[in-house]
Amino acid sequence: MSSSGDLLHVVTNDNIPAGRKAFGRAIIWGSAAVMAAVAVAQTLQVSGQAAFGFETWRPTLYAYVAWAICLCWGQVLINGEHGKRTLFVLPAALFVISLTVFPLLFGLIIAFSDWNLSSPTGRKFNGLDNLRQMWADPFYWNALLNMVWYVLAIIVEYAIAFGLALALNAEIRARKFFRVAFLLPLMLSPVAVSWMIGKSMLEPRFGPLARLARALGWDDPSFFGSPWIAKLTIMLMDAWTFIPFMMIMILAGLQAIPKELNEAAKVDGANGWRNFWEVTFPLMLPVSITAILIRIIFKLKLADIVIAVTSGGPGGATDTVTSFIFREYRDRSNVGYGTLLAMVYLVVIIIVMTLLMKLADRFTRPRT
Amino acid sequence: MSSAQIFHDSDADLGHRVKWWSGRVAVYGMLILWALICLFPIYWTLTTSFKMAPDVMKGNMIPWVDFTPKWLGWKSLGLSPDTIGDDNTVRAEFLKRFLNSAIAALASSLLAVVLGSLAAYGLSRFSYKFAWMRNSDISFFFLSQLILPPVVLALPMLVLYKELALLDTRVGLILLYTLSVLPIVIWIMRDQFSSIPTELEEAALVDGLSIWGAFVTIILPIALPGMVAAFILSLVLTWNEYFFAALLTSTYANTLPVMVASQTGSQGISWWSMAALAWAAILPLIVIGVVLERYIIKGMAAGAVK
Repeated sequence: MSSSGDLLHVVTNDNIPAGRKAFGRAIIWGSAAVMAAVAVAQTLQVSGQAAFGFETWRPTLYAYVAWAICLCWGQVLINGEHGKRTLFVLPAALFVISLTVFPLLFGLIIAFSDWNLSSPTGRKFNGLDNLRQMWADPFYWNALLNMVWYVLAIIVEYAIAFGLALALNAEIRARKFFRVAFLLPLMLSPVAVSWMIGKSMLEPRFGPLARLARALGWDDPSFFGSPWIAKLTIMLMDAWTFIPFMMIMILAGLQAIPKELNEAAKVDGANGWRNFWEVTFPLMLPVSITAILIRIIFKLKLADIVIAVTSGGPGGATDTVTSFIFREYRDRSNVGYGTLLAMVYLVVIIIVMTLLMKLADRFTRPRT
Repeated sequence: MSSAQIFHDSDADLGHRVKWWSGRVAVYGMLILWALICLFPIYWTLTTSFKMAPDVMKGNMIPWVDFTPKWLGWKSLGLSPDTIGDDNTVRAEFLKRFLNSAIAALASSLLAVVLGSLAAYGLSRFSYKFAWMRNSDISFFFLSQLILPPVVLALPMLVLYKELALLDTRVGLILLYTLSVLPIVIWIMRDQFSSIPTELEEAALVDGLSIWGAFVTIILPIALPGMVAAFILSLVLTWNEYFFAALLTSTYANTLPVMVASQTGSQGISWWSMAALAWAAILPLIVIGVVLERYIIKGMAAGAVK
């Protein structure tokens, strides 16, 4: 992440009058004060000490937006040209911070409380009870284990994607047709795919794939009957959607390899297979690792297909963490416990991804 | 009619030919097989939407040969030729959700491209220092949002939105969708901007343009293809989004995937109408995929090759 590239160095001498600076500071702090006042007033009302007639927390939201705008404007007023440069990054940064950091902090509070949205008692802290419940919840551990299996399936997806990218990179006719056809599965919404494939084509009586399976000698094709077959089917459907993604990244990498390298290898007497393993594959290693890492990130979010096709069944065999938490909320409105599970998942993901990135970094760095 | 051949192919040459042909056959075989795997579900869904119950049971596949196409599925959506003029509640529902999906996808992609391009441009041109964070830290902060699984934000957002009266509104969905595609946009655009030489802006600045003037008049037109790629990719991702839509909307701001999913759950599915619904939901994306394939591939390839 250190590719800062060519930086633009501009020297400007700003003569900003003191009055303008003061005005800038005034609007930033003034709007902050308004926001604080509104927030305090609303907190007082919620705790029942005063009545201002607010119905929702919207006023605080508006005050926050006003403050954010004043903060951006104030940057220009106070810092002149430098402020204008800050203005490029500041809106996006404010946006991301307000939509992730806030909810995450808030989520931490929820995670350690007993809160059922459908019960009238409301939220109350229950310390580490949720954590203890999670420790004893076999379904959550089962979902985590399933995620490991789902992630391992990426190796097979990668091999297929690589093969397809090689075929597309060869000298073929109708390249555009094949590229569009291969890309289409990625464009379709997972929910529609789960009906198209999961519910209709795999339907055990009339589905074309079930017919095919019967013709091939599988008497009673039920694709979601036994745990392992169901897991495999979900993996296949997810692979169907996402193989194009890896394929395109690998194809871009293949097209960036200079032709001379392969020609030189041919002159040196390497046949196709050796050429692939000793020239193409090592050159593709950085791209491959990027593609696989991004694919892992997407795989860890897998939920739509599972929710729509099996809702975790049979017996939790196809559950992902996301679909499990989704049902935990849907069926039991259990916000506190669900949030804790999600938080634990986040911690696990951060640890695993950091390790993987460190590993990948060491793996791709040229050996000296 | 001389049978004597002057030039003979040597055995080695013939062997080469055989190998070349077998290689061709293998490559085309693989390509055609995979193209079939990719296209068949789409074809199957389209034909099923024109089938009657017995056709589905018998597994007829080819229209006009195996079965006669009927407008049954599209009629239940109110989109067949003979029902298109009438009032139809299903069609009204479908169009409402279609509109919701379109507004949410377009607005959030636009917002993400604007915010993301600005941030990516700033990060590729100036050196910042906010507290301890330098450029690379800020970049990492943005890109690390990609790792954050939606489920972590979902429940806190649900409660927050409830308090803010943003539940079941399009604005609420648009904000979250923008957040979820922003890192991808920044990833693509950073790549795009760093390939544009800084001499361009230096010249513009010497000519008296301000830094924002140089950005808007000089850099934006050059970076436009990248922005289009980022926009299309965001559009695809947000149009297909299901998880947040299922949790945060109920009656008013429902999107199309939620409608498809809710129909799937019901027992005794009428295949033809489901097929019509699913096909109508994926049609815009098929069109985008066929027409704008170049941009999508460009967007996804960005960052793969340094």
